[in-house]
Amino acid sequence: MTLLGKLTLQALPLQEPLALYSGFGVFAIVLAILAWVIIKGYGPYVWREWITSVDHKRIGVMYCILAFVMLLRGMADAIMMRAQQAMAYNAPGYLPPSHFDQVFSAHGTIMIFFVAMPFVIGLMNVIVPLQLGVRDVAFPTLNSVSFWLTAAGVLLVNLSLVVGEFDKTGWLPYPPLSELRYSPGVGVDYYCWSLQISGIGTLMTGINFVTTILKLRAPGMHYTRMPMFCWTALASNLLIVAAFPVLTATLAMLLLDRYVGFHFFTDTGGGNSMMFMNLIWAWGHPEVYILALPAFGIYSEVVSTFSNKPLFGYRSMIYATMAICIISFTVWLHHFFTMGAGADVNAIFGIASMIIAVPTGVKIFNWLFTMYGGHVRFTSPMLWSIGFIVTFAIGGMTGVLLAVPPADFQLHNSVFLVAHFHNVIIGAVIFGVFAGYVYWFPKAFGFTLDETLGKWAFWLWLIGFWVAWGPGYVVGLEGMTRRLQHYDVAEWRPWLIVAEWGVVIVLLGIAAQIAQIVVSVRTREQRRDVTGDPWDGRNLEWSTASPPPPFNFAVLPDVTDQEPYWDMKERAREMGHLTRPEPEYQPIHMPRNSATGFVTAFLAVVTGFALIWHIWWLVVLGLIGAYATFVVFAWRDHDEDLIPVEEVARLDRANRAARSAALQHRQLRREAETQREPRE
Amino acid sequence: MSAPSAALRAGSDPYHIGHGPAAGVPEYTGHGAGGPSPKRIVVGYGFWIFILSDVILFSCFFATYTVLIDARNGGPGPQQLFDLHNTAIETACLLLSSFTCGMTSLAVARHNLLWSEITLAITGLLGLTFIALEIHEFLGLAAQGAGPTRSAFLTSFFALVGCHGAHVSAGLLWLGTMMAQFPAKGFKESIRHRYLCFSLFWHALDIIWIGIFTVVYLIGVITP
Repeated sequence: MTLLGKLTLQALPLQEPLALYSGFGVFAIVLAILAWVIIKGYGPYVWREWITSVDHKRIGVMYCILAFVMLLRGMADAIMMRAQQAMAYNAPGYLPPSHFDQVFSAHGTIMIFFVAMPFVIGLMNVIVPLQLGVRDVAFPTLNSVSFWLTAAGVLLVNLSLVVGEFDKTGWLPYPPLSELRYSPGVGVDYYCWSLQISGIGTLMTGINFVTTILKLRAPGMHYTRMPMFCWTALASNLLIVAAFPVLTATLAMLLLDRYVGFHFFTDTGGGNSMMFMNLIWAWGHPEVYILALPAFGIYSEVVSTFSNKPLFGYRSMIYATMAICIISFTVWLHHFFTMGAGADVNAIFGIASMIIAVPTGVKIFNWLFTMYGGHVRFTSPMLWSIGFIVTFAIGGMTGVLLAVPPADFQLHNSVFLVAHFHNVIIGAVIFGVFAGYVYWFPKAFGFTLDETLGKWAFWLWLIGFWVAWGPGYVVGLEGMTRRLQHYDVAEWRPWLIVAEWGVVIVLLGIAAQIAQIVVSVRTREQRRDVTGDPWDGRNLEWSTASPPPPFNFAVLPDVTDQEPYWDMKERAREMGHLTRPEPEYQPIHMPRNSATGFVTAFLAVVTGFALIWHIWWLVVLGLIGAYATFVVFAWRDHDEDLIPVEEVARLDRANRAARSAALQHRQLRREAETQREPRE
Repeated sequence: MSAPSAALRAGSDPYHIGHGPAAGVPEYTGHGAGGPSPKRIVVGYGFWIFILSDVILFSCFFATYTVLIDARNGGPGPQQLFDLHNTAIETACLLLSSFTCGMTSLAVARHNLLWSEITLAITGLLGLTFIALEIHEFLGLAAQGAGPTRSAFLTSFFALVGCHGAHVSAGLLWLGTMMAQFPAKGFKESIRHRYLCFSLFWHALDIIWIGIFTVVYLIGVITP
């Protein structure tokens, strides 16, 4: 045993200039940002207000930033793959197979685990406590630990770009290919350990949010008064709690096979590789709904707000959400109909897969009927929602096609399947988080995003998506299988070149989003959200200031209606003043900042890296460090800070003044309008 | 849009929602009637959810065990390997430790430091005995050439039972930390909540063990 385990200088990609330059490029950018933060003197601010923050809004923002940065990484992988397939007709292209395999594996892993998941969880973090009318999540420090463990997983995945290699077995490491015998490198280990670490973070997020939603709500907020986004967040987090332990167990088994010669999935010793498929998809299919359900919640909020109407069929929406939550655990086998489980088993899972389209259809109709007869405002969140309804309906239908076992035997592992899941993941999840991001941005930062560039981003993404993946359906039906590094079928080539242009259009969409951020930040003074309610919203997040004070609400709101804030506004309009007189303010206890999350993540990276490279002494050191962190955290005496009553009163009075002004302004405008219009 | 009249809205709360609990109800239950639940409920509830997720983790190992039980690869099966005497002592240790853990709960509720420490120490010793017996069993199996790498059946056996053993070991670490915290911090609220979680964890591991005892040892020895 050597001091550095398997780690030698050969782990650096000295022979692969592409990886070397991109690795060093990223390294240089990270160093430059760090240097800028330190030189400008922002270090203490970043440490105090962000890194050690346990405020759900700050943590949520950090999740979203992490997701957006990783979207750029995943997008770079996408462009590389499309370019390779556009070039590699009867030719080797520019990516050698071993590199191409890492690129498609990294693309899938990153897009699901480190883009979609953190974006969805980030939005839940920012918004769910505000919508529930409470001051924070159930376990604020645990929330910080969750975020930092996710970030640790991200760091390990990206480290594989420069030190060693990444997994070459696809985004789910199917054995026996992923066993030590066929994948002796560190790629699968990078995959497993980074997902084990971030998976624990996600599991703790699930526990945290289930507890928050079920046990911490403003007075009067019955289950049937909870905003739709909270309902979908509840369903999603229940799925996390029920599904992520399965992922942890499955990856643990694969790691035991690889590290100590166990025989769970090996093709020797009696191992059963099909058990891996069953286990991984028992997690994997619920995972799809972990991502999609919160997006459905976002659409519900956006469509209702911008149609100026309550959500149509609120109760049926709850039933549909919970039905999806349960049925999603009964369909996993449709990912491997070709395994040969027999006609009966396949039929049951095929029918279950088709049934899950029913509650989803209920949702689609509810959104359409919410818009029907409403004063629809075509803002960019609304465009994302309408684009979603069209795109997702098509993606859903191709999904029902794939749910028919005989058809699936033809389409299994073809590009048709890949087009289908991009259609639903981009069309539902990504469009959804973008809608939510534009919609709630003013709540988090206090100013709105530029609408013109926002609409550009939407149209470029929508068109780009269809140009990129419409051809996928065609070549899939023409028999093209997924993950081809090169090919010799002339009919496919034109479609693959079109797809390459599609991904370029999507890239322009991302450029528009970056421009949108830059322009909006520069012109933020003109676009300040002084009222805290820029869209005439309906739920409690809009009743507090933008950005909200650390304690969210000076006094917890009283909920007497399914749309609490709309109800308050209606009553205020009738009464002509705010519904509540100024309350008697009390000082507020808020959880104290803690470095526990950051330290835990640091130790997780060290331990994970040591495990990947078999540096056993460092593993032991990392685990001792983890236990020490636990004890130090358990030993602290003061876990809360007091926000003095003057501060509470000052912030809440400002919010009340803004609300009063908005109310007066609205009434003056109403009066002017009624005078101008001829009376009937 | 026609809004309901102000009168209807203002007095429209027949269930007295949003005005605290009814007389005689000591705590908000958190079903939306009276606002956020108190910390004790939130902490206990969150930890219950964690235990449920842990049960799902174990269920994966149980499932793989039942799938792989016949994949012996020409090696020995449960009947040749398992010794119910050892298992009986292990079970007795664990069940007794649950009893003493319950006694600790009573002592903590009475803020009695001496009895809290004594009963926790006994719980810990019983847990250590259990772990020692398990390690002894594992080493014995490995010495017979029936280690986890011998066959898929043994792989799944060692993983399932070892996963439980790892949980008990982590619990022992937690138990030791609690024994240090009682005298150092006293019986303040956060410490009592922490003990509540620990006792939930310890009892849950017992329930898992009952499953292992039945599925692995009992059925293994009975079925030919």
